[in-house]
Amino acid sequence: MGGKIFAVLIVIIALASAVPIMNHTFLGASVTLPEDISTHGKAIDDQLSVTMKEAGISFLAAQLVLGLFVWQFANRKGATKTFPGGATAMVIVAFLFVGAEVLALGMVGSKAWGMVYFKPAASDALPVQAQAGQFAFYFRYPGPDGKFGQIHPDKIDEGNSNFFGLDPENDIPARDDITAGELVVPVGKEVNLMMHAKDVGHSFYVRELRIQQDFVPGLDLSVHFTATKIGKYEIVCTQLCGLGHYNMKSYLNVMSQEDFDKWLKSQSN
Amino acid sequence: MATILHPPQTEVERGRQLENNGAGGGFRNLAPEGGNLRRVKDPSGEPTRTGIWVGMAAIAMSFAALTSALYVREGSGYADWTHISLPPILWFNTLSLVLSSIALERARHRVATFMRGQEGTRSVPMLWLNATMLLGLVFVVGQYFAWLKLRSEGLYLPTNPNSSFFYVLTGVHVVHVLGGLGGLSRVMLKFRSATNPLRRSTLDTTSYYWHFMGLLWVYLLFILWLKL
Amino acid sequence: MSDMSVHAAVHGAPTSFIRKYVFSLDHKIIGLQYYALALVAVVTGMVLSWIMRVHLVWPNAPIPGLGALAKVGAPGGVVTPEYYLQLMTMHGTLMVFFVLTNAPFAAFGNYFLPIQIGAEDMAFPRFNMMSFWTTFVAFCILISAFFVGDGPPLSGWTGYAPLSAVGKDAGPGQGIGQSLWGISIFVFCIASLLGSLNFIATTLDLRTKGMTLSRMPIVTWAWFITSCIALLAFAVLMPACLLLILDRVTGTSFFIPAGLNVGDHIQPHQGGSPLLWQHLFWFFGHPEVYIAILPAIGIVSHILICNMRKNMLSHRVLIYCMMAIGFLSYMVWGHHMFLSGMNPFSALVFSFPTLMITIPATIMTLIWLGSLYGSNLRINSASLFCLGFISMFVSGGVSGFFLAQPSIDIYLHATYFVVGHFHMVMGVAAIMGVFAGTYFWFPKMTGRMMNETLGRWHFFLTLIGTYAIFMPFHYLGLAGNVRRYSAFQDDFLVPLIPVHKFITYAALFTGAAQLIFIANLVYSRFKGPQASPNPWECTSLEWSTPSSPPPFDNFGGQHPVVHHDPYQYGVKSSTGDYIMQTSPGPGAAS
Ligand code: HEM
Ligand SMILES: [Cu+2]
Ligand SMILES: [Cu+2]
Repeated sequence: MGGKIFAVLIVIIALASAVPIMNHTFLGASVTLPEDISTHGKAIDDQLSVTMKEAGISFLAAQLVLGLFVWQFANRKGATKTFPGGATAMVIVAFLFVGAEVLALGMVGSKAWGMVYFKPAASDALPVQAQAGQFAFYFRYPGPDGKFGQIHPDKIDEGNSNFFGLDPENDIPARDDITAGELVVPVGKEVNLMMHAKDVGHSFYVRELRIQQDFVPGLDLSVHFTATKIGKYEIVCTQLCGLGHYNMKSYLNVMSQEDFDKWLKSQSN
Repeated sequence: MATILHPPQTEVERGRQLENNGAGGGFRNLAPEGGNLRRVKDPSGEPTRTGIWVGMAAIAMSFAALTSALYVREGSGYADWTHISLPPILWFNTLSLVLSSIALERARHRVATFMRGQEGTRSVPMLWLNATMLLGLVFVVGQYFAWLKLRSEGLYLPTNPNSSFFYVLTGVHVVHVLGGLGGLSRVMLKFRSATNPLRRSTLDTTSYYWHFMGLLWVYLLFILWLKL
Repeated sequence: MSDMSVHAAVHGAPTSFIRKYVFSLDHKIIGLQYYALALVAVVTGMVLSWIMRVHLVWPNAPIPGLGALAKVGAPGGVVTPEYYLQLMTMHGTLMVFFVLTNAPFAAFGNYFLPIQIGAEDMAFPRFNMMSFWTTFVAFCILISAFFVGDGPPLSGWTGYAPLSAVGKDAGPGQGIGQSLWGISIFVFCIASLLGSLNFIATTLDLRTKGMTLSRMPIVTWAWFITSCIALLAFAVLMPACLLLILDRVTGTSFFIPAGLNVGDHIQPHQGGSPLLWQHLFWFFGHPEVYIAILPAIGIVSHILICNMRKNMLSHRVLIYCMMAIGFLSYMVWGHHMFLSGMNPFSALVFSFPTLMITIPATIMTLIWLGSLYGSNLRINSASLFCLGFISMFVSGGVSGFFLAQPSIDIYLHATYFVVGHFHMVMGVAAIMGVFAGTYFWFPKMTGRMMNETLGRWHFFLTLIGTYAIFMPFHYLGLAGNVRRYSAFQDDFLVPLIPVHKFITYAALFTGAAQLIFIANLVYSRFKGPQASPNPWECTSLEWSTPSSPPPFDNFGGQHPVVHHDPYQYGVKSSTGDYIMQTSPGPGAAS
């Protein structure tokens, strides 16, 4: 009795688990990746869907076989039998299939990874500095001189909108720096985002952009991407940073080049 | 390692010894089929020996973690890795720790001769054990002086990464050395005790540990010398 | 007898209550103590998860009684955002350290490892007692964080620096609460090191006559391999905690870099490396998940073999797989840090061994499945939980396949996909192993049988419930739902709240189903039917003891002599279809 119930149940559970994945929806909510708006994102999405197929098949196969064997052999009497091939067959199958799968996925996947991380940003990429602090993101553009001013942690003064701790009095490159609460970028242009953590660790995550990168205090990290679709997207923090972690967000605002230029000009005044 | 056989000296001790051996862990593959095994048990296969090796492996792992932390910290990209000159007393301390290991080997040898009955009194082995202990204490006190020396130069635990690692590595090592000194005093107490005799495995494992502390110190000193 | 702590496996039976049940040297009592502690921890952890789940979907609902318990964290019973994170940290820490390390490994290992190798006790009974009481102290220190200042820490069970290192400027609970956390884990490390040392020495030196290494049951092997892993893992976490405490208390800068402006204070530190903490932590952290799962693998295989009435296709291959996993577990820690800014090439270096772990994991799964074929599988609560374990192990394993690939991790890292993954493979699977072990060994531990009907209800409700909780976590992750959020207010998160509601209902349901287990445990302990000496007709030594629970020295003054490989099933013998390891005479050719 118990065996049959288990067998049926496990098959139902396995199939039911797969349905939302295939339908991309669960209880009316969309549970799939949002539309990709980056140049590298397709590689990641492809990788994910290949993995999903392989993992999905393995998952279903294993659960169904489990159900089948339990159904068949639960509380059976009589002499026991051995699976044809025995352990050797299992080891060989695992090595061949999983080994090949692992190698293939590893190889292909490293290309997607490389698109984000192996290639440095193009030399004409738009430099933007992102600063993460409890619990807000700020972004900084170097201004006409193309140079960022120095950051002085002790000069940070949120009341006076000096979020980065700039010192325009003594530091000439700092004078024309443009600070914004949103990440505004032109469409189709590569952006080189330099990450700076003000206090503790944070992370920059834009689902549509297929980009996630930690801010690590004391480390100068950068990540680069090209947004391909005009629109406004949410930036959230994904590295636990304190009580306001859930509330730490900003927007990625992808504009046409003209709009971007206009925006930049309006900011520098 | 020197092999020591030490049958007990007195009838009382012999009785204890048998009883203790009977209680000693290993009886691997020596139990007769079916019989009452309480009486006849193999005194070999002492878990103490395994235990000390396993313990030393764990300690080695901890220090490996600490010293690799030192390397990572040095390369953390921020130019605050400086240089501190090691207090010269460290060389003296090293010497005393090495000497104490030698003294311990002498002690083991003498304990063995005493146990074999080739030596009348406990005084000579005891002397070597005392010497070991004393040299170990000198090491600990010497390390304390090394810390005082750094403090007098204004180098405290948080002053810079070099001083932090100096205090941490030497401090954690000294804590382990104190454990070794505890083990040595246990050996000495047992060696003198008529009711609770010293076992070979106790002496052996204590001395492995003690030599390990010496080796570990030499390794640490090398790292400190190389990196600080 | 003053030498007991280092030498004797034998010590006289104690008579006073304190020596017998409190400061006991008996490995069986110590095993039960660990079990009880794990039970307290798991109930606490589960209640915390309830509060978390309720808060996530009804952020403003007052939780009855909570207001009085946590005046600061939950004024009027309404959980504040920071209190959510504090509960989450305590939930994770309790579950990982005090449940998953204690129950399958320390509790069952203590009770059954010595018996299964025919020893009278652990190699170092006094160390053994110390391990438990040290663990207990660590537990008390951790729990005390609820009652100090502004409560427990909020930096998660991973305690990432500098959030965990800079002190109270970083937020509520980051003052004394975080220090208590660090000290608790430090003390826990000492306990686990002592425990592992004891397990290793016991396995190597106290095997009875005829009990060669290769004749040890698979679960004994699992505990042995686990103790080897734990020895190295906790030996690394311990100095890491020391450095963390020093950073917090003495102002050193191991993990804190220069120029941090936290809470409008420039931190007086410079040059430290936050990544150093991550490396040290995950060097421990990844092996830790195998510390949780390997004993469960062993328990489940052991129980399944007995209930299938035949050996696994090869229980040795399973053992080799466990060794391979243990070995690989030390080469993969970086897969938790793909996006932490380490060298992008090293991400691939960490990714490959991670993917390779799927090979032994697949072999194990195939062997379990292939062994079920043609078996005479007996269905009972214990074997059902074993089947549930296999199912969960597969489900959690396949999601690991995603996270092992750095490119996919860019999207899924720090989402609920990860939460779903580790809860299934490490949390639920390991706990199913513990349940299986409990139903299986309860007759030996208490002399009474557990109630089978309640056991099956418990199993089926748990199976349905855990899938209902943890499968949807994966869907949320695919939608990009980030974890460690105490409220979902972003535009893309709000539409997912119905899924969260579903999960919360499922969590309340599943938690309530565990009451069946507790009731069964208590009822059967006092009122269960008497167990026969070997109710499951199992071959290993724990079923050869003269009584249940076994006498103080396990075999009543005798030492068993082992004549066979562990799993002689499906053979004709005077007892039926199995031959005890201890019975003389020929066994089946193996
Ligand atoms: C009743 C069953 C359980 C429920 C409903 C539950 C629920 C949760 C929730 C909601 C979180 C927070 C996720 C987030 O905000 O990121 C969490 C975190 C966690 N849980 Fe559970 N959990 C359960 C059982 C377990 C078990 C058995 C384990 C043992 C492995 C476990 C280990 C953890 C860990 C390690 C974390 C991470 C904490 C952190 O992020 O620092 N949980 N759980
Ligand atoms: Cu943040
Ligand atoms: Cu891992």
